[in-house]
Amino acid sequence: MPVKKIINDPKRVVDESAAGFGLAHADLVRVEMDPIYVVRADAPVAGKVGIVSGGGSGHEPLHAGYVGFGMLDAAVPGAVFTSPTPDPILAATKAVDGGAGVLHIVKNYTGDVLNFETAADLASADGITVRAVVTNDDVAVKDSLYTAGRRGVAGTVLVEKIAGAAAERGDSLDEVAEIAERVNANARSMGLALTPCIVPHAGEPSFVLAEDEIEIGIGIHGEPGRERIKLEPADRLVDRLIEPILEDLPYSEGDRTLLFVNGMGGTPLVELYLAYRRAAEVLEERGVVIARSLVGNYITSLEMQGMSLTLLKLDEEMIELWDAPVHTAALRWGR
Amino acid sequence: MGLDITWAVDWVRLSADVIAEHRIELITLDREIGDGDHGENMDRGFQAVLPKLDDLPAGSTPGDVLKLVATTLISTVGGAAGPLYGTAYLKGAVAAGSAASLDGPAIAAVLAAARDGIVLRGKAESGDKTMIDAWTPAVDAAEAAASNGSDAAAVLAAASDAAWAGAEATEPLVARKGRASYLGERSAGHRDPGAQSTALLLQAASDAASASAGA
Repeated sequence: MPVKKIINDPKRVVDESAAGFGLAHADLVRVEMDPIYVVRADAPVAGKVGIVSGGGSGHEPLHAGYVGFGMLDAAVPGAVFTSPTPDPILAATKAVDGGAGVLHIVKNYTGDVLNFETAADLASADGITVRAVVTNDDVAVKDSLYTAGRRGVAGTVLVEKIAGAAAERGDSLDEVAEIAERVNANARSMGLALTPCIVPHAGEPSFVLAEDEIEIGIGIHGEPGRERIKLEPADRLVDRLIEPILEDLPYSEGDRTLLFVNGMGGTPLVELYLAYRRAAEVLEERGVVIARSLVGNYITSLEMQGMSLTLLKLDEEMIELWDAPVHTAALRWGR
Repeated sequence: MGLDITWAVDWVRLSADVIAEHRIELITLDREIGDGDHGENMDRGFQAVLPKLDDLPAGSTPGDVLKLVATTLISTVGGAAGPLYGTAYLKGAVAAGSAASLDGPAIAAVLAAARDGIVLRGKAESGDKTMIDAWTPAVDAAEAAASNGSDAAAVLAAASDAAWAGAEATEPLVARKGRASYLGERSAGHRDPGAQSTALLLQAASDAASASAGA
């Protein structure tokens, strides 16, 4: 089966895309190419905590799409599905240090954690105070001694928005890190895939599904999930995702939440809203209140068809920070 | 006879060749239980080392070569493999010190230091279905050969054979570290790509030593 992609050279995909992103959003960001990172146009903001995130490419708009006022100060894209090396993370950290320290938001994958740790050590040696928050909201993975721990998935977007708002209002590094931890601790996600995705340099699907099969419990890198089942009606699929989420935290009657239905890149919005309808119905039956919502392709796996559900238990401060102005390529309101 | 700078440079060149040759195989192994980037990343890293070999100053030692590999891999590979292999070569370089030539026990010490570095960073243990499952048998075999008085080339040959056996033995294991651990039981039946690249690199070390001895 031939693979069709809008690319020139598989080895140049990340560079050429970042260059285009910089041209398209020159009012918000500047893009450094060697080493490669995307930074807020007005960085460093004096006296403000800098926030840097990053990871493998292929999850767009994560992370570069969230660089701007009220969210990230810099994003560091690695090769597709590969953590960036310490060099660009260090360069981005230095570029956003406004004197109040820098927070690294890192998704829990072995490579991301190791490379961000190394960069943080190097930044500390240069006199920059760095704290890291590692996101791990994926309930599909058992958190035990026998795994690398839960993966950081869609909850990361919510952590970046809320921590970004906290930094923008002038919170200290410890305060921003604390609220980032709190959002992560109260967020749970689970995803499914109808189709695999195709990494440009591999040229072949990341896993093979029969016509009528789907994969439950996928991560965001095209890695296979925990179980494979026959395709079912949407309502039943939503139930398979929302039930483990509700049980895990757990969420209880009267809780105010943010419901986030995320597309994996190849699923149309019409299906995401259809899924949202069922998720809202289930939450209503349980007496869980949806105070805020987000629906769309915000953290993707290239062209994968599929979705993830994320539920964040909100407190008053989180709601205030969620509603605070944000001005980035992919999230924009209130300003 | 000990192994000198010529061996170290040959090892790096052979490593780059063998990783390029097995790029697709490593990508395929990784796609089955991980995310399919291992071959691509390792190939990018070793290709980046090659031009730097020409800039090594006269009088450089095997330790200098290992350090050059370490810093280049850390800067270019990314993923988990970059910091893990980078640490391995860096600790190996420290163990090699400024010696111009490495004998059997010195080679065994370099391999042991490299393995210990990976364990320290990755926190994996034997049987977790990671590169450690190739490294630890290789270190054990190297130390046994060295204590029996084998020369450096024979120590590397023993390490290479044991690494291959270790890589093969990862196939039935259930992964407990790294991205394959997310699959749980479904990771069994696949060879670990990091163990495979370890075997390829240690075989390259052994082949480079045989070539030095034959020259």
